[in-house]
Parts: sequence; structure tokens; C-alpha cells
Amino acid sequence: MKRPMRILVALGAALLPATHSRAVEAQPAELRGTGDLGIVVERADGALLVIDTTLRRAIGRIEGLGDLSHASAVFSPDERYAYVFGRDGGLTKVDVLTASIARRIVQAGNSIGGAISDDGALIAVANYEPGGVKVFDAGTLAEVADIPAIWPGGRSKTLGLEDTRGRRFLFSLWDAGETWIADFSQGNVPVVTKLKGIGERPYDALISNSGRFYIAGLFGEDGLSLVDLWKSPPQARRILAGYGRGELQLPVYKMPHLESWAEAGDRFALPAIGRNEILWVDARSFEEVGRSKVCGQPVFAVANPDGRHVWVNFAHPANGVIQVLDSLTGEVVKELAPGPSVLHIEFTPRGNEVWVSVRDAGVVQVYDTRTFEKKAEVAARSPSGIFLAARAHRIGL
Amino acid sequence: MPKAARHMVRLIARALVLVTLAPASFAQGPPDPLALERLVRQDCGSCHGMTLKGGLGPDLLRGRLTGREPGTIARIILDGVQGTPMPPWRPLLSEAEALWIANYLLDGTAP
Repeated sequence: MKRPMRILVALGAALLPATHSRAVEAQPAELRGTGDLGIVVERADGALLVIDTTLRRAIGRIEGLGDLSHASAVFSPDERYAYVFGRDGGLTKVDVLTASIARRIVQAGNSIGGAISDDGALIAVANYEPGGVKVFDAGTLAEVADIPAIWPGGRSKTLGLEDTRGRRFLFSLWDAGETWIADFSQGNVPVVTKLKGIGERPYDALISNSGRFYIAGLFGEDGLSLVDLWKSPPQARRILAGYGRGELQLPVYKMPHLESWAEAGDRFALPAIGRNEILWVDARSFEEVGRSKVCGQPVFAVANPDGRHVWVNFAHPANGVIQVLDSLTGEVVKELAPGPSVLHIEFTPRGNEVWVSVRDAGVVQVYDTRTFEKKAEVAARSPSGIFLAARAHRIGL
Repeated sequence: MPKAARHMVRLIARALVLVTLAPASFAQGPPDPLALERLVRQDCGSCHGMTLKGGLGPDLLRGRLTGREPGTIARIILDGVQGTPMPPWRPLLSEAEALWIANYLLDGTAP
């Protein structure tokens, strides 16, 4: 951002006794919190917009983040810094307050995403090339640990990297069909536990809000892999095995994302792979309790933080649509047509509004989640991921 | 899925493509370079990388493809690769469009 972030303050002086006025004047003019801020990835430009969800507009822009064609971000515990993981192996620490790059490294050739430890001290990145996970100091971005994903077939691509309690990271090996747990609770040399044979080609994963359950989606078979981290030793078991048995799978033109536990009451929603369906899963037994027919192959199925609705976007060719499902009945209660290539859906922390990126329309839209009314449109260049600072306080985001 | 249903899916998929994507539609008439270039970058790019440097799928840069026949690459695009996540694009693309993409990749003019 060229100009310093304006806004804020001006209170104070009039309210305080004269003797305090000098101290008030010494306050920086930009003093403000970051709890209602976030970033939007402008994928084609390697840039970020800084957004203010109260004002519903962009308040800054940051350039020079490399290849953000597939990018995600996590936030520091104080919500000031975003760590942005780029496709080209770039790891960029962004100061959201000043809309500037605090630090940037290129740590691999090709990477897919990352996570921050529960204490905010470690940043882990999952890499395709060279396959494995690298871990960095959150302050300096100095390398702390390197965990090559070595299996009998060589080095595996890694993905589905999630954090959980006790400075632990979990990730899965695409080529090897394994889930590894890297435990940094004893210091910066991790103890790595390898769970083998979790399933064919895990393509993404999520962790429950409690940090207890790690679920990896499987591309190579109908089903998912579940790890219960409260069990000792943790083991992986299949859930929803054969959910589409005997049915013809459609060609998959875009991998679904398992970003967050779309928990809605006592069940949660998952995008089916190769099917125009959302699967409803009982949150205790992990058995399928229903399916919703939707208008395309789902990419994201994101629950409103209150769990009342699940918002779904789709792969090509239905990627101009969002369907909203009632979490009690599983029925589609609303269909929106935001525009060409709806890529991401991000709720404000209380769930009153939702931000939606519409890549080929060059806008991010803001909707009221009760009335479905569009409240605002923010111009953005090929917007993709939207990441709000409140993610700082949630496991697995 | 019964054949008729499959046919319906194809028709619907194709109709949606016409609506959502095509200034001068896919799978009909001559290939539209702008629309196809966007498809390569954005949709192929979700696995092969927007700059085609690879991702979950292999890179599609010239070095990897040199020496292959355009027809061979077009067939991979249309029929997919069994046992891998590469899907068949035949429901969405014509032979001429697949061939256009193959030549586009071989030319190395890919971004």
C-alpha cells in the first residue's frame, strides 16, 4: 500500500484532562486493531488486498508475493501478521497493519499450504517439490526443521497440513498414502509418527475445531481416513468407505478442498469427490447420515460459524453458482449466482456476513447470511482465497 | 449410470459451459484461442499450476513435452489417464480444441 493506513483515533484529547493531552498526541495516528481485517489473494498478480470487514472495502494492497496461483494463509496469535504460502514455495510474512511485507523466503520449488503451531512460534509448509514439510521460526522465518517425506517410492508430495494442540503438525503423503504427525512439544527436533496405509492418494485434509479429529479425503478410493488424536497411540481408520460404490464417478475437473470442519449441529458436511453431492456425516459415529444433491461437483462446503447453513461452491462448469444448504434438512434453500468462477467463501467470525471471491468478474462480494442480500462489492484482480484475521484463534485454520 | 443419463449429464455439462465460459463456445465451431488459453491456465492450472510448472499433476512445460505428437497429447486431454487424477475432457472439449491445446503446449508459448 502506498499511503499509510488512514483511519482511527482522534478520540481521546477532548475527553482527557489537559495534563494528559501531550501523551495523547504522541500516539501513532494509525492506532487500530486488526480483528476485523483480512486479506484477499489476487492470484494472477502475486498481490494481496487488505480488507476491512466493518467498512466492507479494501484498505491496502501488497505486491511482490510471487506465484500465488494456489495460495493460502494463516495468522499470528496477535492477528497482526499473515503468513502466506505461495505455489512457488514462497513463504511471506505480511504485516497487515502497515500493509507491507515483513519478511519473505522461497523455501521450496512447489508448495501447497501451511499451518501455524498452537503457540504461534512455528510455521510449517507442505511441499510438493521437493516432497516433505519444512518448519520455520515464526519471528524470523529461519529454518527450524526439515522433514523429507521419504517412502519406498522416493519423496512423496505432501498436503493436508494441519496444526493441533501441543506444537504438533499433521500432514499426508499423496504418493505414499500415509499420514505423519510431527511433534515439536519437546523442542525444535520433531518426533515423527508415521501412520501407514491410510488410503489411496490423500488429496487434502481438515482437523476438527477441537483439534481431536484429522480427516483426510482420498482421491484413489471412495472414503476418507480418520485419525483420533485423543487415542494413544493414534491410529488411522477408514470412514464412509465405499460411499459411492457401484455408481459411476464423474470426471473430476477440480479437487475439492477440505478446509474446515463444516460442523452443523451434530453432523458435518463434506464435499463428495466425483459426484454432485454433499455428504452429511454424524459427528460422533462418523457414519453417513444423508446426502444432498447439488448442482455440480462441490469444491468448498463451508458451514456458517453458527452451523445453520452450509455454503457450497462448485468446479467447472458449475463454477458460477453458490448453493446454500439447510443443515437440518440438507435441502438447498438458496441459490446465488455471484458470477463467473466463484473460488472461495469466507465467513466473518460471528457469521453475520460472508465474503465470496468471483475470479473472472474481478470482484469480491459481501452477503448478509440471513437475508442473502448483497451488501457490497469490492474490486479485486482475479481474486481467489479470502482469509480473515480471526482465523488466528482457530485450530486448523 | 445408464447411457441416457450419462448423455443428459454431458448435455447439461456442455450447456453450462456454453453459458458460463464461452464467448465463442467450446466444442462448436473453430477453437477460440482466448477462451482456450484461459481454460489451460485456470482449469488445467488447478492441477498443473497456473504457470504450468506443475502441482499435484506434472508440469506441462516444453521440456517435458518435446518430441511428443500433438495427436498423442490431444488424446490424453480427451480421454484422461486411467489410474491418475487426469480426467477425460471429451465431455467439454472437441477434438479440434484438444489439438489446439496440444499445439499450444508444444509451441512453448504457454505463459
